[in-house]
Amino acid sequence: MDILRIATAGSVDDGKSTLIGRLLYETNSITKDKIEALESASKRKGLDFLDLSLLTDGLIAEREQGITIDVANIYFSTPTRKYIIADTPGHVEYTRNMVTGASNAKVSLILVDARQGVVEQTARHLSIAAMLRIPKVIICVNKMDLVQYQESTFNAIKDSLAELVSQITFEGQEISFLPISSLYGQNITQKTSEMPWFKGNTLLGELEAFEYASTLAHAPARFPVQFVVRPMTEAYHDFRGYAGKISSGTFKVGNAIRVLPTGQESTIATIEKFETKLDQAIAGDSVTITLTTDVDISRGNTLVLASENNAPALKDFSAQVCWLDHTALSPGKTYLLQHGINTTKAKISQITERLDVATQTSTQGVDTLKLNEIGTIALRTAQPISADQYAANPANGAFILIDEFSNSTVGVGFVK
Amino acid sequence: MQTIQDKIGHFPRQLEDESIYILREVAAQFERPALLFSGGKDSITLVRLAQKAFFPGKIPFPLVHIDTGHNFPETIEFRDWLAKETGAELIVRYVQDSINQGKATEESGKYASRNVLQTVTLLDTIEEFKFDACIGGARRDEEKARAKERIFSVRDDFGQWDAKRQRPELFDMLNGRIAVGENVRVFPISNWTELDVWNYIKEEKMEIPSIYYSHQRQVIERDGMLWADSEYLNKEADEIPFEATVRFRTVGDMTCTAAVASDATDIDVIIEEILSAEISERGARIDDKRSEAAMEKRKQQGYF
Repeated sequence: MDILRIATAGSVDDGKSTLIGRLLYETNSITKDKIEALESASKRKGLDFLDLSLLTDGLIAEREQGITIDVANIYFSTPTRKYIIADTPGHVEYTRNMVTGASNAKVSLILVDARQGVVEQTARHLSIAAMLRIPKVIICVNKMDLVQYQESTFNAIKDSLAELVSQITFEGQEISFLPISSLYGQNITQKTSEMPWFKGNTLLGELEAFEYASTLAHAPARFPVQFVVRPMTEAYHDFRGYAGKISSGTFKVGNAIRVLPTGQESTIATIEKFETKLDQAIAGDSVTITLTTDVDISRGNTLVLASENNAPALKDFSAQVCWLDHTALSPGKTYLLQHGINTTKAKISQITERLDVATQTSTQGVDTLKLNEIGTIALRTAQPISADQYAANPANGAFILIDEFSNSTVGVGFVK
Repeated sequence: MQTIQDKIGHFPRQLEDESIYILREVAAQFERPALLFSGGKDSITLVRLAQKAFFPGKIPFPLVHIDTGHNFPETIEFRDWLAKETGAELIVRYVQDSINQGKATEESGKYASRNVLQTVTLLDTIEEFKFDACIGGARRDEEKARAKERIFSVRDDFGQWDAKRQRPELFDMLNGRIAVGENVRVFPISNWTELDVWNYIKEEKMEIPSIYYSHQRQVIERDGMLWADSEYLNKEADEIPFEATVRFRTVGDMTCTAAVASDATDIDVIIEEILSAEISERGARIDDKRSEAAMEKRKQQGYF
């Protein structure tokens, strides 16, 4: 059984909460007493819909105090898959939270109100999903019951997004459109007779059928060493294993490997998962790898396949960044750059442009990036990082920027 | 007949991979980490994950138990067995000592427990050993207040959580940088649900304290729940202990953990009970034959 992470975003009145509530309810993932508690809590707040954000008390407290509203995690499962929804309410710190919530997602769910059609937020969602290289986007045209289930309304919305979609989507990204009514549970987990013209799958059907694991396993092989296991006990006197989680690709016993950044070479002797010895391991597996020869490897080194001649070593490069902190990015300042598990100092030499995600227009000659702003920067690191271009291998192409003094995570970057 | 796996599927192994990754980051990023061990199923799961993360090496941090003195004897027995079995270092500190030192005051009344008091002992223990990271078994699905907790949660030197200072966590990158005096609470099984934990215990054939399974026990009824009778429970005159067939769904102190009436003697039945407890709530699917499960649900509602 695998896990599929989904990102949802948007304001509370676009039917998103009802949609998530539907998914939970129809997969038996929420007890009826919880739904009823939500209903009465929503009524007390004067809402005529189910405010699913009330599922988390923390969120209410934050809302009352008017402080950061961020990502809430919601869980549901079917016998074939466990689903984790990272839900980001659309308020002031919208972009920051959307990017944070979507960073692990393989599916982005975007809701469009059938009566209103495409709004600026729709474009923003789509752009961020493209920037993060989320492989699947499902655009749910909701509240179809309020437009008499008309196919023409659905098609008009599809058409109005066609230009933006062709402009920003990348090769391999799946974008689908679903006409739904979350209020009546139509096309969520059950097909409906109200829209016989729609031949596609239900929302849950699309989620259950979506496969992404193989693309990760076929990406360039990257294994960042997290921890060197040296038991030095009698039974394992000479054991020296490299523990880590494979970021991308596949490693097999007998593969020739190269160590980055040192360039040393060796061969994989064993791949171990606790007491089990494996023939191979793929992206996402936490394993311990032993080599046939003694090489000097420490935390932060990355193992790659010697046969794949694409080993990255970046020191001067450009990246797209999304700024996450109230204190704006200032060029010339030194930050800590964390790529995967590796941290090095980095200096941002300039901001080459700022991007308006909603309109896809960019502005040159900017000298700062504020909270929620997205831009392209040029930077230089103290030590080379073994990162790929984000577009080529998202699992090894992102980094975070940390303020040296506050220790806060202040930005996220995508190697260009 | 449908098996448990037909109903809930196999344990999603990706969760284990992610938790092991987190534990390895803790060992690498911090100088003095510790695993807070309560004896409950979640912290037992953490110990199992830590065993796997560093195998064939030993768990590179101690298990720390804050003993309230009101624990179930079965939990203490299990704790000692597990430490021996895994070879992990065990550190125990006692709430009673904090009370004796005048740092904490025993609660009074019939709901008196040492649940709140253990924070005092915990903070003292963190200071005594200069722990910079404390690993805990909290899950986001378990308590509403925890739903938005980060995996690396930064605390000030009073152990306080400041929502405004929570760091965004992107991809799987964990930023454990802290100032002197601060420490980090780490929650490696944040994304597991109660069912995930039980499914893992089942697939891993893990040992758990016997009180999770059905047994005979002296209990009293209070607020529609069954409370284990013990010398620590402040009973009122009309609260007469009686024997019942029960088990515990969560394991904390004897004074603040309610039992559920249950005949579940193996893990499959426990999982069935949890599933039924939900399904019975769904109106149309009430299974009248499962009276014990329906009972459990009532306890639950009272409990929450």
